[in-house]
Amino acid sequence: MNRKIPVVKEILGANDQVAAENRRAFEETGVLAVNLMASPGAGKTSLILATAGRLPDSIRPGVIEGDIASSIDADTIAAHGIPVVQINTGGACHLDAPMIRSALPHLDLRAIDILFIENVGNLICPADFALGSRLNVVLASVAEGHDKPYKYPGIFTVADVVLLNKADLMAVFEFDLDSFRRGVTMLRPQAPIFVLSCRSGEGVDSWVQWLIAQR
Amino acid sequence: MHELPITQGILSVVVEAAQQANARQVLAIDIVIGELTSIVDDSVQFYFDILSQGTVAEGAALHFHREPATASCQDCGHTFAVSPPLFVECPQCQSTLIRVTGGNEFCVQSIEVDNES
Ligand SMILES: Nc1nc2c(ncn2[C@@H]2O[C@H](COP(=O)(O)OP(=O)(O)OP(=O)(O)O)[C@@H](O)[C@H]2O)c(=O)[nH]1
Ligand SMILES: [Mg+2]
Ligand SMILES: [Zn+2]
Repeated sequence: MNRKIPVVKEILGANDQVAAENRRAFEETGVLAVNLMASPGAGKTSLILATAGRLPDSIRPGVIEGDIASSIDADTIAAHGIPVVQINTGGACHLDAPMIRSALPHLDLRAIDILFIENVGNLICPADFALGSRLNVVLASVAEGHDKPYKYPGIFTVADVVLLNKADLMAVFEFDLDSFRRGVTMLRPQAPIFVLSCRSGEGVDSWVQWLIAQR
Repeated sequence: MHELPITQGILSVVVEAAQQANARQVLAIDIVIGELTSIVDDSVQFYFDILSQGTVAEGAALHFHREPATASCQDCGHTFAVSPPLFVECPQCQSTLIRVTGGNEFCVQSIEVDNES
């Protein structure tokens, strides 16, 4: 006999459970974990360096680098004296919660106040996989065009804050900032938007102040 | 783009539910996917056919129900369904002050099983 059984279960429930464990580990050690999501080349590594460089000595940064294959970004971060763990995703297009869990034993969480997690460069997949971070940061860049919120809405709907990097290129790309803002606000009205440039440094201080205030 | 882990998620939810129901075989699976997620139905079915081999869900048909995202106009209050790309204006008053909600659903809603043993 055939019968229909109601299930109603989240498809990524197993990931969500591990994410909740990670979140507890961060809370217990007083770490503000930040999941940084952006396209390839939007400036994730540049943002981590620019932000870490502006933190007062009392706020110690740490980094988890998610890279498909290379350790280029992790080496760059380490060269600045910041504790970093490299996760090789083995080709996966996003980080997931178990990957973060397996990275944690390699970090001294009690010696870190803000943990930046550089997700794999991708505007699509990371949106679906919670990591256990307290803040989801979506970093767009002027060079990608102002239409990203309209074309890749999913990732903006999970953003706690949206950063627009490469503001120094605004004129070159005829970037329509109003349209960009409208798109973000349409999807996530509560997310503040910071326009900044890791190159010139403009706007970075306001973002860093906001970030510090989230602790 | 990440249909493989999604499919693994579907399979493990389904196998667990089938065991609880003492099912002999799963015939069909109803899946709700929000319009703002990036899942391609055909590739999920493709992976599912491979991953489900030898399990209670082998051969099951996946039925996808796309849950639209809802837009509401901030000027006149009109609400309407939208899907990406979201260059939307209100069909009633042409305002571009829009709020979009929903469209992120991602769950197994029910399974159809054969539980004669
Ligand atoms: N003009 C300009 N270039 C920038 C800015 N920020 C970063 N870049 C450049 O953009 C390129 C990519 O920067 P990264 O920080 O490596 O970007 P990413 O997102 O970490 O890149 P992947 O990890 O490879 O995905 C580099 O050449 C940076 O120098 C900026 O504000 N303005
Ligand atoms: Mg990088
Ligand atoms: Zn209207």
